[in-house]
Parts: sequence; structure tokens; C-alpha cells
Amino acid sequence: MIGQRKDLLGLEDLMAEEIVSILDTARTFRDVLDRPIPKVPSLRGLTAANLFFEASTRTRLSFELAEKRLSADTVHFQTTGSSVSKGETLKDTARNIEAMGIHLVVIRHTAPGAPHYLARNLDAGVINAGDGTHEHPTQGLLDIYTMRERRGRIAGLRVAIIGDVTHSRVARSNIWGLTKLGASVTIAGPPTMIPAEVERFGVAVAKSVDEAIEGADVVNILRIQLERQRTILYPSLREYARVYGITSERLKRAKPDVTVMHPGPMNRGVEIAQDVADGEHSVILEQVTNGIAVRMAVLYLLAGHKAPGETAAETPAMEAKPTHGEPSLPPRR
Amino acid sequence: MASPLCLRGGRIIDAARGIDRVQDLWIAGGRIAGLGEDAPAEVRSHPRPEVIPVAGAVICPGLVDMHVHLREPGQEDRETIETGTFAAARGGFTTVACMPNTVPPLDERSRIEYVIRGAREAGHARVLPVAAVTRGQLGEALTEIEELAEAGAVAFSDDGKPVHNAEVMRRALELTRGLGVPVIQHAEDRDLKGDGVMHEGWASTRLGLKGIPAAAESVVVARDALLAELTGGHVHVAHVSAARSVEIIRRAKSRGIRMTAETAPHYLVLTDEAVEGYDSRTKMNPPLRGTKDREALIEGVVDGTIDCLATDHAPHTEIDKDNDFESAPFGIVGLETALGVYLKALVEPKHLSLSELLLRLTVNPLRVLGRPGGTLEAGTEADVTVFDPARRWTVRASEFASKGRNTPFDGWELRGRVLLTVLAGRITFRSEAFEPSVR
Repeated sequence: MIGQRKDLLGLEDLMAEEIVSILDTARTFRDVLDRPIPKVPSLRGLTAANLFFEASTRTRLSFELAEKRLSADTVHFQTTGSSVSKGETLKDTARNIEAMGIHLVVIRHTAPGAPHYLARNLDAGVINAGDGTHEHPTQGLLDIYTMRERRGRIAGLRVAIIGDVTHSRVARSNIWGLTKLGASVTIAGPPTMIPAEVERFGVAVAKSVDEAIEGADVVNILRIQLERQRTILYPSLREYARVYGITSERLKRAKPDVTVMHPGPMNRGVEIAQDVADGEHSVILEQVTNGIAVRMAVLYLLAGHKAPGETAAETPAMEAKPTHGEPSLPPRR
Repeated sequence: MASPLCLRGGRIIDAARGIDRVQDLWIAGGRIAGLGEDAPAEVRSHPRPEVIPVAGAVICPGLVDMHVHLREPGQEDRETIETGTFAAARGGFTTVACMPNTVPPLDERSRIEYVIRGAREAGHARVLPVAAVTRGQLGEALTEIEELAEAGAVAFSDDGKPVHNAEVMRRALELTRGLGVPVIQHAEDRDLKGDGVMHEGWASTRLGLKGIPAAAESVVVARDALLAELTGGHVHVAHVSAARSVEIIRRAKSRGIRMTAETAPHYLVLTDEAVEGYDSRTKMNPPLRGTKDREALIEGVVDGTIDCLATDHAPHTEIDKDNDFESAPFGIVGLETALGVYLKALVEPKHLSLSELLLRLTVNPLRVLGRPGGTLEAGTEADVTVFDPARRWTVRASEFASKGRNTPFDGWELRGRVLLTVLAGRITFRSEAFEPSVR
């Protein structure tokens, strides 16, 4: 199970039961967040380093909050990718981390596989907080968590993912997690933003947004970043909004109680219309709150494996007693 | 007379002359004296010949690799002429053609001469320099082709980059046509490649790495086939990796167009699935492609569409290469593993006989470059390789003579151990694992 893993690099690597165990653990932590004092001592004495080689606000804040709510010590490092990769190699970064005695590393990097490289070179646990256009597993988990809370299940759900799938780590993590748990996933987006052989993920590729949305339980809308991806991939944001933007009119094709999601930050009026973003179906802010609980669960389970004097095999993560002898968690519901 | 050298009791495979039999090979005065009884009596009756028993091993003309990067001048931290040519000798190669993308590039007479002089001083292998097609390899102004050829350039290439401009390619083909030397094309459409780092397909989709479609290579091969037809010039396609390129070259050859081609070992045994795990030792350009490409390449090697088996030996420092996949440079080394990998890819599955393999590793690349040699004919310079095709060995990159340790084959068990490499009658490499295995 997840408690025996050192790292969380992607949802591709996880078995369905591991994903479910993270979601269940997150449910417990979600309740912690509603307490008057939303803090537990589970990770006291452990140090987490948040290494952000790519700009990020919400993911970084979310991880930082998750770590603090678990009483971990946290350190941060943020830079833009290129300046570091020129001066210091990832290997040196890894060696420095090792030397500082850090237990858990959260890494966001522009290069796919950068977390895998760190994981190979470190004894510390590594959590991928987004590696280029590869995966963003905690975002995938928080999306799936939110869907499960809203719809009551994942198996059999019809989920539409709309937008630039090629360049979306959020899409990849969603697709892996959802298909493993038995959801039926349909994607739609400009043909220039649908990657080669994508059907091998086990997803359907719709010819239009309308076709993808038809009868959907969930519509997950990806952020479009045309400025970075050259207009050769798509003519303009205006055209994108017209052809792929999710409007309340389009949404009528989905189930009447459809759940609308977006990983943020949103381009209002482009991939998502203003009234959809703020409308009754939108759970976008709920996603943000759930993100903290899901990240707490991931940190907790990986640290359970790392905690001094105990191994996950002897003490399953949820029953694990921290070495300092204090109750770490409220009982499982 | 100096002591002649007698390689005793090996299986002599001189593919170009259709010879495959167990016999002694006599070498005297740096040249092949003859096979068995055909060697002159005064050589065979020499009182103290140096006799090396090689029963069970194959004796063949020295291997030729028409595509290596020796990195000198300018990138001596990656490789030097000394280390690169010693790596060649260890791999059984007596001749290598080196690519001009050095720093500065081989685009002037003095630099060609520098390489030739360096190779002579090192003495491990013959080095045939390939000169740049365009000054600075910038793709614009042509180099002084005739002078460079006179200085010893055996071909012209902007390898590392394509000759992108079709007119530049056309004019280079027109100017080289009369010299009998090829323009070696690194076939790649730079726009289609973009900032891709691996083959575009299911693996790149899953790994989130930017893909390079196979068409990035094949569109340039198709264009160059048309330019070779237009000009009558000779295009040699470097490191062919894609199925469609093989089809286009096959078609061009059948129409009488002067187009030849090579591939490299890794394309025959690995596919893009090997990139799983983001190991930068699986990153090269062109990239490892799909299973259908791999199969088409083998077919192309078997039917002769792909004339030569090269390595694209591309050493990098560990500092550069041991990094995340995107940041790491393209390229892997190949000289010290090529023979074993080719045996595994082509001879062990019986796609080719040993003799057919050796044609593609000796005489064929020399013919592409318009050079004589590649046989064991009496009177020719004695470039000879002895290897044991059955001997198993384990690749240990840490033991390479090359400065480059960037190989995806580290730890692989291969068959086909090079025992002895002879350059103009002089032993340039002798394996510590010398005794041939008993069968």
C-alpha cells in the first residue's frame, strides 16, 4: 500500500486500492480542517522541503498549509527553472537536501521526470507537485476526492475533460486515477492539443465539446495557456473561447446536476464562462479546500513509512503511533 | 625481415570476397601476406614468426564506423582523438569517420589537418574526417569543398544539425558530385522537431515529454531523395531511425537515385518504451522509435536498403548527461558495444549471417565513402579484427576507454568479444580475455 512507498511520483504508479486509501485518509483530515484548531501533531519532528523550480502560488500554499496542519517543519525554495538548472544540477540539489536531513521533498519542476530523478537519488520521500507536462498527482487526487464527495462514487461516473490535454499534467493524473477507479473518461480539445495515441489511456476522444459533455456527471475544464504554447497550436483565445469555452448553454447537455471543476487559475471568459465559474454547479473553491486535506493525507501516509523506529509493514499508516506518543489523528470514521 | 604475424586457426570471413573458412592469416610488413598456403613461402618459413592462436574466433577485415564524434577540437572533456580512437580499437574498429560538429567545426583545411595529425599521433585507428557542408555549420555559406576534400575530408555533413535549406543542399550535391564524395545528411526537419526530446507516440504521451514525430526525419529524407535525383549527387542518410525513411530510401534506390544510408545499434534493439523512468541514457537524436520502426530498420538492413551499420558514438560528460531527461544532451556512446549489439540484433535472431553482418561493418561503409579496402586481400594494408562470436561478456561502462560512459547498455550481457585489433599490421588492442572459448 501507499504506506510502503517512499515517493508519490504519479497516479500511473498507484493501484486502485492505494488511491482509495489516500482518499479515505483525506476524508479524515478534511474533518480536521473544520475544527476550531485545525492542526494535528502527526508530522512533528519531521521536516518537509518545498522545492519549486517553477512558479506556483496555490499548489505551494496548499502544500505549505498541509505541512503546517500536520505540525511538520517546513522550508521553501522557489526559483524559476532555468537559473538553477544552469548553475546547479539536480544531483547537487539532491545532495544538499540529503545533507540537511530533510525527510520529505515536495518538488515542482518544469522538466517531466525531475521528481523521478530526485527520488532515485534521495532516501527522503519525494512528492511530485507537478513535473512539466507529465503528472500532478495531488491535483488528480483532489479532483477525484471532490468528485467522490459530490457524486458519491467514482466507478461508472462519466467525466469529460476539456482543453489542452497534451500539455496538461492535471489531465494525465486525472485520467490515470479516474480510469483505475472505473470512471468513464471522455476528452475533447483542439486536435493540436490531443497527444499521440491518447486512446491507449483508455479514454474516448470526442469530436466536439458538445459530444464530450453529453450526459456527463463531471466536466473538468483545463486551463488554456496559449501565450506559452505559440499560436501555431491554436489561432487565438477568442477562437478558443468560441469553440471550446464552457458556457451555461453548452452545459445543458450534461446531467442536470453536473459538477463543474477547474484546477485554477481560471481564464474567465476563455475556457470557462463567468456564470459557469461562479454558478451552482461549480465546486472550484471546494477543490481548493479539499486539496489541503488530500495533501495532508499524502504527506501523512508517506511519512508513516519514514517515521523513525517504525515501518509501514508493522504498523499500517492509519494506526501508526507517532514516536512522541501523542495521538496523531482522530479515529477513522 | 621483421617477424611476420600469424593468426593461427581462426575462421576467416572476408565477406567482400566470399571467403569463409578456417585458415591461418599471415601478416608481414604491415600488409596482408596471404591466407594459409597462399602466403609467400619466405613469410611462412620465417624462423621466428609471432604466432597467435585464435582457433574458435573470427578473423575479419578491420571494422569501419562511418559515424563517430571524437569531440576534438574543443570538447576534450567529452572525448579526445586519443580516447575515442582507443575506444574504437577496443570495439574492433580500425577505421572511423569523425563528424565535424566540433568547437570550432571542421570547416577549414587546418582543422581537417589537425584531426588527421592527431589521429596519426594517437595511432589507434584510421580517422577519416568529415568536413562541414556550410561554414560554421550555420546552414548558409558553403565551405571550400574542393580544398577540404584535398586535405582529406571523405564526406561533407553538418551532422548534429540538418542542412535545412533545400538550395544549399542542392548546391552542395552539385559541387560534391564530381568529387565522388557523399553529403551525409542528418535528416531532421527542425520545425517538426521543435523542442522535442523523444519519439512522439504513446510513450511520450504517457511520460509528458515533448515528442519528435518520425515524419521529422522522413520528410527530409524524401526531399533529399528528390534533390539527389535532381543533381545526380550522392546523399547518404545518417542514423536512419524511422520506418518511412527506410521505405523512401528503398524507393529512391530502385529508381537509380544515389542514396545510401546507415543506422545505429540502439535503433535495432531498443524502442521508445526504454525511455520509461526518464533515464537520460536513452536520449539521443534521432530518438528511439516505435516497434514498427525497429522492425522496418531490421528489414532495411537485411535487404540492403540500409547499407552500413554505424554507431553515432556521441560521448558526453557525466555532469552533462546525469540530469533530468529534458536537460540532458542528446547522444550515447557506441564504439565499445556496437559489435555485440549488432550480433544480438541481427545475427542471433538469424536475420543476417555473420558474413552478411561484416559486409555492412567493413566494406560497405568504405564504398559509401569511395574508399578502397575492407578485405583481407594479399598486399593490402593489414587492418584486421579478431573476435569470438560466442564469448559472453558483460558491458561495464566504467571500464570503457571512451571518456563517455553514457550508454543504455551498461550491465547488458552480450556475445561477441573483440580479442584483437590490428592496424596496418600493428596490434592496437589485445583483450585480456584473450583465449577464445572452447566449443
